[in-house]
Amino acid sequence: MAMHVARNWRETPERYRMEAAKCKKCSAIHFPARLICPECQGREFATVRLSGKGELATFTIIRIAPTGFGDLVPYAVGIVKMDEGIHVMAQIVDCNPEELKIGDRVVSQFRRINQEGKNGMILYGYKFVPDLGL
Amino acid sequence: MVGIVGYGSHIPRYRIRVEEIAKVWGADAPSYKKGLGLNEKSVPAPDEDCATLAVNASRNALRRANIDPKQIGAVYVGSESHPYAVKPTGTIVSEALGACPFVHTADLEFACKAGTEGMFIALHLVKSGVVQYALAVGADTSQGAPGDALEFSAAAGAAAFIMGSKNLAAELLDTHCYMTDTPDFWRREHAYYPEHGGRFTGKPAYEKHLFSATAGMLEKAKLKPEDISYVIFHQPNGKFPVNAAQKLGFKEPQYKLGLLCPTLGNTYSGSSPMGLAATLDAAEADRLILLVSYGSGAGSDAFIFRTTEKLLEIRDMAPKTRKQLDEHKQYIEYGTYAKFRRKILRAE
Ligand SMILES: [Zn+2]
Repeated sequence: MAMHVARNWRETPERYRMEAAKCKKCSAIHFPARLICPECQGREFATVRLSGKGELATFTIIRIAPTGFGDLVPYAVGIVKMDEGIHVMAQIVDCNPEELKIGDRVVSQFRRINQEGKNGMILYGYKFVPDLGL
Repeated sequence: MVGIVGYGSHIPRYRIRVEEIAKVWGADAPSYKKGLGLNEKSVPAPDEDCATLAVNASRNALRRANIDPKQIGAVYVGSESHPYAVKPTGTIVSEALGACPFVHTADLEFACKAGTEGMFIALHLVKSGVVQYALAVGADTSQGAPGDALEFSAAAGAAAFIMGSKNLAAELLDTHCYMTDTPDFWRREHAYYPEHGGRFTGKPAYEKHLFSATAGMLEKAKLKPEDISYVIFHQPNGKFPVNAAQKLGFKEPQYKLGLLCPTLGNTYSGSSPMGLAATLDAAEADRLILLVSYGSGAGSDAFIFRTTEKLLEIRDMAPKTRKQLDEHKQYIEYGTYAKFRRKILRAE
């Protein structure tokens, strides 16, 4: 398996902390961060951390998984409308995928995403789990 | 005065019952349940490990502490299941919280005592004035060899504590330690499962160290068992901590809040720290808490805390331990458990 250590490392702020860029001119939030605001072409941003809370906008159930995800099937991949208004795609875990419904409240958790083979780097990042109000 | 400014725990969602494990190995479930004081244990999902449990527990601690993560000057992660043999878990936790880069980080290992080791260091580091806040985490996803008695109890979970010197939810009164070199349990480099000294794990190991640390701590603080409102001992099974409490002169109302093992299992470095988190979730203000860990090899760390009014203000700001344990669970069969724990190997 090809190693992507540097690329993965560069994505740490968004994967680990859900850091987004908030345009200083028009206040639009971009996740992942951008260099130029597509709304107003602004180039100045403030770093903000997403709350990790949102609702399920749509999802699909993966039954034939890519390399490294085979132990997880069947699993759900969804698009979550975050409370900040933007959409984020991620796995939805700790649930029975058949019981998920559009509109379900979800919260982010820190999970293992994949690993680069048995001896390679472990990738971590956000996934979503049902918000049980715990 | 130093103490706890925020705390949090994380328990995986999956559980396996003693009956389910016993069925596979032809063991007698009722005698294991009775002998170990254990009904079920937590099982980490395939995408959970020591680092993810530590991060999720620490985020809960940060919610309660309500401080800027950049103010955390030290992060210690105690575990015997660090995801890398070489590469720290502490940097993953620090980065995920947003405490980098001005932070001192170390991974600790001492069988089931690594969590309280971090707490001991964090508390005394804050007390020395070197850092404003220090985070200590106990997290494990421990494994018992298939068919071994440890397989019934080896579980997963984490608890995290942010130590500071103001706005304390619990003030530290004192600490005490008791260590000797005792070979009751070990795992050699590259070995997947641990070895243990069978019956040698009881009296000369757990009892000797935990009892001596408890007696020493009480004597040092000039307190008697009845002065302590809540007591938490390391919980390798549901029976050892209850026997210990009774022999040392504590009664059920004192240990019941922190006794999680019967439905959680042994979360190793997370064990007694999670018991403390569960106790803080429900304790009254201005009460004394005694926490005594035990780690094979062997030693115990003892702490006495006094809860404050502040505790009552912060504890609803993150998920409670008992709630995660009792309400957020899904039972799995041995086959799923074996897959989740990678006891079944697939072609790569
Ligand atoms: Zn803009």
